Amino acid sequence: MVIKNKLAKTLVTTALVAVASLFSATSMAAENVGFVYVSPIGDAGWTYQHDLGRLQMEKATGVTTKYVENVPEGPDAERVIREMAKRGDKVIFATSFGYMNPMLKVSKQFPNTAFVHATGYKMGKNMGLYNARFYEGRYLTGVIAGEMTKSNVLGYVAAFPIPEVLQGINAFIQGARSVNPKAELRVIWVNSWFDPGKERQASLTLMSQDADVITHHTDSTAVVQAAEEKGKYAFGYHSDMSKYGSKAHLTATTHHWGNYYTKVVKAAMSGNWKPENIWGGYKEGMIALAPLNPAIPAELQSRIASMEKQIAAGTLHPFKGPVVDQDGKTRVAAGQTMSDGDLSGMDYYVQGVVSKLAK
Amino acid sequence: MLRLERRAEASAVMSYASPLLAIILMLIGGLILFSALGKDPIEGFRIFFISPLSDIYGVAELFLKATPLMLVAIGLAVGFRANIWNIGAEGQYIMGGVAASAVALYFYESEGPHILFLMVVAGGIGGMLWASVPAFLKTRFNTNEILVSLMLVYVAQLAVSWLVHGPMMDPEGFNFPQSRMFEESALLPMLVEGTRLNAAFLFALSALVVGYIFMYRSFFGFQMQVAGYAKDAARYAGFSAKRMIWIGLLSGGGMAGIAGMSEVAGPMGQLTEHVSNNYGFAGIIVAFVARLNPVGIFFASLLMALLYLGGEQAQQYMNLPSSISNVFQGMLLLFLLGSDVFINYRLKWKNS
Repeated sequence: MVIKNKLAKTLVTTALVAVASLFSATSMAAENVGFVYVSPIGDAGWTYQHDLGRLQMEKATGVTTKYVENVPEGPDAERVIREMAKRGDKVIFATSFGYMNPMLKVSKQFPNTAFVHATGYKMGKNMGLYNARFYEGRYLTGVIAGEMTKSNVLGYVAAFPIPEVLQGINAFIQGARSVNPKAELRVIWVNSWFDPGKERQASLTLMSQDADVITHHTDSTAVVQAAEEKGKYAFGYHSDMSKYGSKAHLTATTHHWGNYYTKVVKAAMSGNWKPENIWGGYKEGMIALAPLNPAIPAELQSRIASMEKQIAAGTLHPFKGPVVDQDGKTRVAAGQTMSDGDLSGMDYYVQGVVSKLAK
Repeated sequence: MLRLERRAEASAVMSYASPLLAIILMLIGGLILFSALGKDPIEGFRIFFISPLSDIYGVAELFLKATPLMLVAIGLAVGFRANIWNIGAEGQYIMGGVAASAVALYFYESEGPHILFLMVVAGGIGGMLWASVPAFLKTRFNTNEILVSLMLVYVAQLAVSWLVHGPMMDPEGFNFPQSRMFEESALLPMLVEGTRLNAAFLFALSALVVGYIFMYRSFFGFQMQVAGYAKDAARYAGFSAKRMIWIGLLSGGGMAGIAGMSEVAGPMGQLTEHVSNNYGFAGIIVAFVARLNPVGIFFASLLMALLYLGGEQAQQYMNLPSSISNVFQGMLLLFLLGSDVFINYRLKWKNS
């Protein structure tokens, strides 16, 4: 279906020029850095943490920033990113996986702009990647869960079975089993990043199946709230969610993007930015735990603090061998640790997860 | 006490003028809204309605965004004129996109114009198959097509989610839920260099012309219109109600399916879970704002598209929240329905 008709093409082009000339070119003040968010900022969650990072970076560098929230992951993202590049943004951060292909397309049209994409896997000449080792925090919350559980049943509400989410689930049970070999983990998939109703329903189901410590890889605070209501424990995710359940909330794996954003923007301002693939964790300050709940015994609190130091120093790895998957296959031999390549392709549950992964 | 009294005759002039009136009221509402938010209303108006169109790229984006709306709305209008209420264009759109993607992936790494041709056909058939379920159930068991078509939207959403997590997932995509990127031979050709406006815009314009001829110049279009105005008269004249139901639902499904194809083979270039983007529901608003008229659909689609683009600009340059586009869409529909009331009724003061 190639358009052979030159006339049709010319007509359409002429029509576009005519309409465009009706509206005189508008002059916009040049902005410096743009952010594309997948959801509204709200007051907790994935986008909220990125926005905290944006504000911190703005303060540290003095640049002006602009953001667009709730941008659908698809063709609309391409227009939003292009608009930012067109008005002269030096750096553009796109903070969700679905922006990968649109951003790659735009980056080719604007070779002098720095494009930085979170959680994807495609890089370009002027497009870098960043992500955080969320699983490091998950491992520590797993250790706490293994010690705090009475029923030895843990629960996990998860969005989609992509490697990042599976890393979190597996790190959590690895941590729990390192202190409590009887611990088992049940997972419920809600097939949505943000659906408070379904997340709540899944939490109630898990607790009715004896789970007494639950956590989630979704974006709302519903899981923590449900645990608070039922008098069980929960870990938040993305943000400190303690205000949604002061008794239930043991701690949370929290994301911190501010230092990284500051570094990238400073490099771009001085002309030294190069696309990189950054996967930062405790060491880079991208991951931290929210303040620990006083319900956690002091001895455990100090153990966690020293494990945080070990993870940052690289002496403790959540996927240190032996790592055995659900089917009994050894994924990492004793004495070795999982490579970044194997981590990014993770598509299985480790031992201790009692749910089955749909194939 | 105030009460509504039915007018003896609705004004024909006003039924065409009321969409314009609704637009004007929406603009006034918008100016008040901007002021209430502490923004300069004139500046807000400029950013929302004018700056998206300040260059060729912007205008091309407007036509690109309006293309699926036009396709969905013209297909739905055929059925709506005969009081056949297909509310499930969203699901038919998804299934059209899925069918077209299946063709693109089946012919992955091969060349030739037949690929795109088959994708268009598959898109149309995919949408029609999905619409044939409510058509069959309605003609056979007299079920309510509003409910059946709407429920099938959720089935379609779950189906596409399963497909991109399973059979249609990119094998080199690290388990992320999306298909491979289509190859050049499965992408619609661009109409204007340097923009994303593609051949689907020409499909949409042709569909509007064909829709116009069908509705106003064909005997069958006339039958459907009669059925819409007076069901019993149509039956008395011997027009087949079953045939109308099938045509009404299949035209909506087919067009929505082609719209879905134009999105995966156009700006998306792959199948993901986010294929639908609400075009199927927005198309219903477009069809009604346009009074089910093809010329009106052309302009109403552009207006709806502009509300999306303007909302993005308002966020970037005025720090307004993302819901601003929805507020404008809501105002437009509210004022339109509001003026409809006054076309058919007048306000009367009565002592009780």
